[in-house]
Amino acid sequence: MQNWWSLKLREVKANKHSYILLGPYMLLFALFTVLPVVISIVLSFTYFNMLEFPRFIGWQNYTRLFLEDDVFLIAIKNTLLFAVITGPISYVACFVFAWIINELSPKLRAVMTLVFYAPSISGNVFFIWLMIFSGDRYGIANGLMLKLGFILEPLQWLKTEAYILPIIILVQLWLSLGTGFLAFIAGLQTVDSTLYEAGAVDGIKNRWQELWYITLPSMRPQLMFGAVIQLTSAFAVADVSIALAGFPSVNYAAETIVTHLIDFGTTRFEMGYASSIAAVLFMIMVGSNLIVQKLLRKVGE
Amino acid sequence: MTFSFRLRKKRVNRSFMGSFSLFILLAIFGAFMILPLIYAINNAFKPLDEIFMFPPTLFVRNPTMNNFIDLINLLGNSWVPFSRYIFNTVFITGMGIIGHVLLASAAAYPLAKHKFPGQKLMFTVVVLSLMFTPAVTAIPTYMIMSWLGLIDSYWAVIIPAFAYSLGLYLMKQFMEQIPDVLLEAAKIDGASEYRIFWTIVMPNVKPAWLTLIILLFQILWGSDGNGFIYSEQLKSLHFAANQIVQGGIARAGAAAAVALILMSVPITLFVFSQSRIIETMATSGMKD
Repeated sequence: MQNWWSLKLREVKANKHSYILLGPYMLLFALFTVLPVVISIVLSFTYFNMLEFPRFIGWQNYTRLFLEDDVFLIAIKNTLLFAVITGPISYVACFVFAWIINELSPKLRAVMTLVFYAPSISGNVFFIWLMIFSGDRYGIANGLMLKLGFILEPLQWLKTEAYILPIIILVQLWLSLGTGFLAFIAGLQTVDSTLYEAGAVDGIKNRWQELWYITLPSMRPQLMFGAVIQLTSAFAVADVSIALAGFPSVNYAAETIVTHLIDFGTTRFEMGYASSIAAVLFMIMVGSNLIVQKLLRKVGE
Repeated sequence: MTFSFRLRKKRVNRSFMGSFSLFILLAIFGAFMILPLIYAINNAFKPLDEIFMFPPTLFVRNPTMNNFIDLINLLGNSWVPFSRYIFNTVFITGMGIIGHVLLASAAAYPLAKHKFPGQKLMFTVVVLSLMFTPAVTAIPTYMIMSWLGLIDSYWAVIIPAFAYSLGLYLMKQFMEQIPDVLLEAAKIDGASEYRIFWTIVMPNVKPAWLTLIILLFQILWGSDGNGFIYSEQLKSLHFAANQIVQGGIARAGAAAAVALILMSVPITLFVFSQSRIIETMATSGMKD
């Protein structure tokens, strides 16, 4: 045992340079990512209002969260709804459009990549959707439907519970072709072309078979990376909800776990309770990502 | 280091009907993606009577710069000049990007090319951190910022950006492509690890720099201060934009103008760096 430690120590000393290069980044990473997760989990078992010292209260925050807080149940329902819809759809959309774009000529490919990527890169300007879904007749959505005679009165899109969720999902999808989409475009360009030629010889008949038997399996690393990116953002819906539906939204129709967290963290200063919300969100995000990674590892095996 | 992209050869197995229907699909969804942006761009040049016209139009008929003049007047009357918001955003974005590219590259090099105790653990933690968003850590981060005395300063937004984990991840994956012989040769010539990093590794990963730059740009340019910045003279362009948008109908023209300013910069940046970014993304995959 003594020997093992001195061996490790010598190894650490030999790699001094590596640690020095890593040092500044890892220090900040620990301070702003690792430490906050630890603090959050610890605080979630306390009552803490920023003024008094945190008081340990065991699982009380969690029991309150799941048994007494009706709005949190709405938030969970909405978040899961957003994630179940926007997660898979955006993931498939990222791949399908990257795949179609990859068949185009290089010039057209560059243009279409820009067209699909532009919304997600354009600096959080999703407030332009407020102009599209504004409640008067000058908004595009109302104007068009009035003109075509589908409705007689302008609809209050963002103030009506039934429309809020679909609109947020629509905008979220519009924003979702981001880093994952670029990774797929890049991945498709690097699939070994000899595989396709070999496939044609081996009797692959059409593009669908080619996609299933050659393209998808060769892109497994990118598929896994894209899944993490898409899934994580699918659970984190908040900015769009706040910008479009207001905060709080009508009858909490657009409440998500993150907006609930913001409510308790920045408005009510119930930090212990807010931390337990954060801890639940953390578990959901990391847990679902790990499950999806396990599943994707099986693609084409 | 070059990546040879496959030249598009005409392959067999392409039915015309299949191509046609995929093309239609691409056109429909392409329109869904781009029309809101085109609408926003056109709105910025519409005179007020066109913005409030029934039925609403997509394209501008009598383009005018009035909205931009309105925007400048509107913000010229507030005690913080518009140029100050622009400076704040540019400063935060610039500092954040420089620091991140340097620190993340320095950290990515040993993770990609050295073997040392703790290496695997560190990379695993970085990958795990891709699986949750900053919302999870918002409250403790605020506490840490206030312990460090960084509340209400640019640095509260800039410093956490240094340690953004997606950048380190992409940089590390990209650096793994550098041939080991290149590094070995330098080592035999007596170069120190720092020298190797600076004179051999860094020049070889230029496409990845651009990728990190654009990712960080996207985050920092759209940042509204993350709730850390209170003083009006330190607030970002995006924060000012949100205030204008909340002004409602009276400010519809100015809001459209500010939206155009906000989105034109990152889109332009992407147009010029697209091929480099895709080159970097080719190595982004997760290999178990």
